[in-house]
Amino acid sequence: MDTVVFLCLTLMMTSSAWAVILARNPIYSVLNMVVCFFAVGGLYLLLGAPFLAMVHLIVYAGAIMVLFLFVILMMNLNDVPPSGWSKWTPLLSLGLGGTMTAVVAWVGTQGQHVLIQRPVSTQTLGLELFQHYAGPFELSAILFLGAVVGVVVLTRLGSKGGQP
Amino acid sequence: MTISALVCVSLLLMGIGGVGMVIRRNILIMMMCLELMLTAANIMIVTAGAVHGVLGTQVLVFFVMMVAAAEVAVGLALLVLVYRLRNTISTKELTWLKG
Repeated sequence: MDTVVFLCLTLMMTSSAWAVILARNPIYSVLNMVVCFFAVGGLYLLLGAPFLAMVHLIVYAGAIMVLFLFVILMMNLNDVPPSGWSKWTPLLSLGLGGTMTAVVAWVGTQGQHVLIQRPVSTQTLGLELFQHYAGPFELSAILFLGAVVGVVVLTRLGSKGGQP
Repeated sequence: MTISALVCVSLLLMGIGGVGMVIRRNILIMMMCLELMLTAANIMIVTAGAVHGVLGTQVLVFFVMMVAAAEVAVGLALLVLVYRLRNTISTKELTWLKG
């Protein structure tokens, strides 16, 4: 049961990852990326990290991919010539993903099984984070502040001067 | 679900990201490939944590996600700036640093 779910997630992950880099239209890349991130979230659930799965979905599929979509919509990328090859993209990515899944299934027949004791609860993780890693947590807040200020300065720079 | 299968998935995802980094010319897609590679690294870290039962690995993944979010925000701002200046985001045409 575990293995079947794992292989389904692997198929989803690898074929959508191939579709990300093979798709001609960047919008399709973003949508495939979201599918890939959902599969990765499922893998985190299997590995006993439900909090990470939720954070992964919220941060990556919810925030980062929407950011990418906004940027794509801001730029007018419609001048990409449509090629006949692009209609083979789903088949090609499914084929490559299926091959990779077969490789993973073959590799997975040997070796030691991962024993998941119990899913790590959010409470445990929060205690660990704020007891032992409070310093890095505060540092990441400073990183975010720097990122926000940097992004605001960059966009102001672009809108005011035009050509620097 | 064995350890080797999980490591294999992570390596394959990393490889797909690397291939996309090389074959695509669109910087937007290249940044998505970067995200893919970061995710592959995260899968490897979570796997290691699940195998050894260490809690700190999940905190590490949490921090990697934070840094990835900040990096994407700054990177996309730079990308929008470049697009405004040059009207293209293809690495084929963004060669003016060569002089």
